[in-house]
Amino acid sequence: MSAPLLEVRGLTKRFGGLTANEDVGFTLREGEIMGLIGPNGAGKTTVFNALAGFFPPTSGTILLDGAPVEGLPPEAIAARGVARTFQIVRIFRSMTVLENVMVGAMLRHRAVPKAAVVARETLDFTGLGRRAHDPAAQLTVAEQKRLELTRALATGPRLLLLDEVMAGLTASEVQEAVELVKRIRDRGIACVVVEHVMEGIMPIADRMVVLENGRKIAEGPPAAISVDPNVIRAYLGEGYLAPGP
Amino acid sequence: MRRGGTALALLGLAAAVAFPLLTTRVTWQNAAILMMMTAQLGVAWNILGGYAGQVSLGHAAFFGAGAYVSTLLSVKLGVSPWLGMGAGAVVAAGLGVLVGTPCFRLKGHYFAMATIAVGEIVQALVNGSDALGGAVGFNLPLGETGFWGFVFNRSKLPYYYIALGLLLATVGVNWIVNRSHVGYYLRAIKDEPDAARSLGVSLTRYKMIAMILSAGLTAMGGTLYAQKELFIDPGSTLSTSLSIKIALVAILGGAGTLWGPVLGAVVLTAIEEATRIAFGGTGRGTDLVVYGALLVVIAVFQPSGIAGLFTRRAPRPPAPPEPEARFP
Amino acid sequence: MTVELLLQTLLSGILFGLVYALVAIGLTLIFGVMDIVNFAHGEFLMFGMYAAFWAFALWGLDPIVTLPLTTLLLFAVGVAVYRLVIRRITDAPMLSQIFATFGLMIFFRGLAQYLWKPDFRSVDHTIVAGKVAFAGLQFGLPQVVAAGGAVLTTAAVWAFLRFTRLGAALEATAADKEAAALMGIDAQKMFALAWGIGAACAGVAGALLATYYPIFPEVGSTFILVAFVLVALGGFGSVVGAFWAGILVGIVEVMGGFLWDPAYKMVLVLSLYLIVVWFRPQGLMGKA
Repeated sequence: MSAPLLEVRGLTKRFGGLTANEDVGFTLREGEIMGLIGPNGAGKTTVFNALAGFFPPTSGTILLDGAPVEGLPPEAIAARGVARTFQIVRIFRSMTVLENVMVGAMLRHRAVPKAAVVARETLDFTGLGRRAHDPAAQLTVAEQKRLELTRALATGPRLLLLDEVMAGLTASEVQEAVELVKRIRDRGIACVVVEHVMEGIMPIADRMVVLENGRKIAEGPPAAISVDPNVIRAYLGEGYLAPGP
Repeated sequence: MRRGGTALALLGLAAAVAFPLLTTRVTWQNAAILMMMTAQLGVAWNILGGYAGQVSLGHAAFFGAGAYVSTLLSVKLGVSPWLGMGAGAVVAAGLGVLVGTPCFRLKGHYFAMATIAVGEIVQALVNGSDALGGAVGFNLPLGETGFWGFVFNRSKLPYYYIALGLLLATVGVNWIVNRSHVGYYLRAIKDEPDAARSLGVSLTRYKMIAMILSAGLTAMGGTLYAQKELFIDPGSTLSTSLSIKIALVAILGGAGTLWGPVLGAVVLTAIEEATRIAFGGTGRGTDLVVYGALLVVIAVFQPSGIAGLFTRRAPRPPAPPEPEARFP
Repeated sequence: MTVELLLQTLLSGILFGLVYALVAIGLTLIFGVMDIVNFAHGEFLMFGMYAAFWAFALWGLDPIVTLPLTTLLLFAVGVAVYRLVIRRITDAPMLSQIFATFGLMIFFRGLAQYLWKPDFRSVDHTIVAGKVAFAGLQFGLPQVVAAGGAVLTTAAVWAFLRFTRLGAALEATAADKEAAALMGIDAQKMFALAWGIGAACAGVAGALLATYYPIFPEVGSTFILVAFVLVALGGFGSVVGAFWAGILVGIVEVMGGFLWDPAYKMVLVLSLYLIVVWFRPQGLMGKA
């Protein structure tokens, strides 16, 4: 068996005296979808930022195709095939939808006309094609999130990090997003999905990793996770338990 | 809109080429040369300040580098100012890298303030250096006139066409940058630097590219200024008020647009000259009162610059709602 | 070089630095509350100096006597500038804010030239004239009084922000406009207040400086650059930071002139600033 696409070992991150992540580890194979969940402040975003190169970890290793990438800057991580979205959307507001995606496509295609073609294809794939020439700032929130995902996808990643792409969406928009993530996986792109919206992540994740207070408290298939006493306690303890569907 | 813009640009170009043939009045020709030189500086500034959003208020240091390097080379070593122009651009680009390395870590106002400091340091150093002419500056010798000597005393026309050529070349560089992936990256960096990084854009590398182009082109304007005025001193080529004026030209016209700075230079020079002619000469500052008041009025009523008059304004998007935690 | 001379130089640097700090405090207050850099701040100082000068020239009133009036006058000028101009550019991009306050600077300088001619003026005799001797060192009384006034004013502003409800509201607005608005604080009023206090501080500095410094339309340009450095050095928005930065810069300036070459003293000050922001982009006491 070949080396996993992503392997995280002993990931620890401290901010001053505060420990955001302690000894987190997991692996991800090509084309796999992993859900990363946990109560607020569990350290999901910190893991995410370490993977994307935004905060170098205090200790631990992150192997991409067996090569260490921890501490590399975000642009170098992106060049190695890892793309991300942001929890609070960060689209380029002065550009059109197409131009936004072109910036992503330029990572692999420096020539502008080629980047435009790739961007257009990616927009059609994610269903934003008809808005290609609209100013990005005019999109709805759901569309902006989709634009960010499209832009990340246009960089031609092998691993996509999705940070709460479903938060704040209506039920039908969540459904569309779920379908989209499935189609992305069908292209052979692995995904790490940080999500609060459980009905979004449960049906598509191959595996779930649950964090609490910066530590991994559970890992396994969604069905097992939803009945895991540790996980339920973690959410209950935070007072977040709500009746599920 | 785009096609109309091209037609307008061609029309403006034809008018600019023909202009000196229509008037022989030296005042008009001088005003036109001044306008184009100002425009060139604004266009050069725009690459860094407009597209990349790194608001420099120290560009006089690059302008001065161009003026001083070519002048020193020609006065001390007899090198043609044309070569000096290239050397000045290289020195300014090097200075730009030196400035950018620490300052690109700073954001917004912090970056602007740091560039003011750099500009003031360069001015103070030149002011205190006898080798560089100190506060007195240099008179350029009339020496070799003609094209190679870059001194023309019979007519202003050569300066006019050189200024026009340099302006067009600078606009051309902007156009190429704007059309290439560099232009897209610069605008991405200006809008959302973190998102740009996540897409593989190295902030330092692309800001530095913008800096090198902007500083080099600004320095070429400095050489032209020195050769036209045949006199340079720290006050006229290195002052912070010059730096701010360069930025103002671009802001007034519309920062981050191709023709905005040219438009800004035309309007700003016209306002300046008109108020000077109408109210100046009394030594009582009436021209400054009118000029300052106009700047304020424009900033208040047309904050996106004159070019903003021609573009639609996008409505503000609604804020994203707070995420909620749920568990099945 | 004697120890006395060194001490003398050092202390006179501190005395002048304190006045610098007073100019910078107004600037940093405005920046902290509104995120606007006021390029016309040196002109508030200039107006303060002229107000003191004309009260002296026309009615023979001493700048120290009219100081409260000068302060009130400049407070009114600050509020008026906010109401007439700044209020309209609160949400404009940074570029047009620079443009607007730079235009104000030119306008005010032009106005001063128009009204009062570009001549250098001075207040020839004041009640604080003379010298004070202290442990073998000698200082001009105006300089000592100006520095003392600067310290008192700084302390007053600091206490106002720290201990009064209005000051707390101002600080809350600086920290988070939306949260302050939710607490029922009228941001517009706070902005106007910041401009009023900012200009008033410059007015106090102007009145104090008028007792020994030449008065002319461009006098603000000498101070505004240092004030910018202090604001950035101390941390944008930090009154205490600007105060300590003022003392530091005052010392660096005189010692640079003393040990090296007066022509390069600004080079030293500006280099110090660049070195500090290289290591601490938020300034010495600014919030990260």
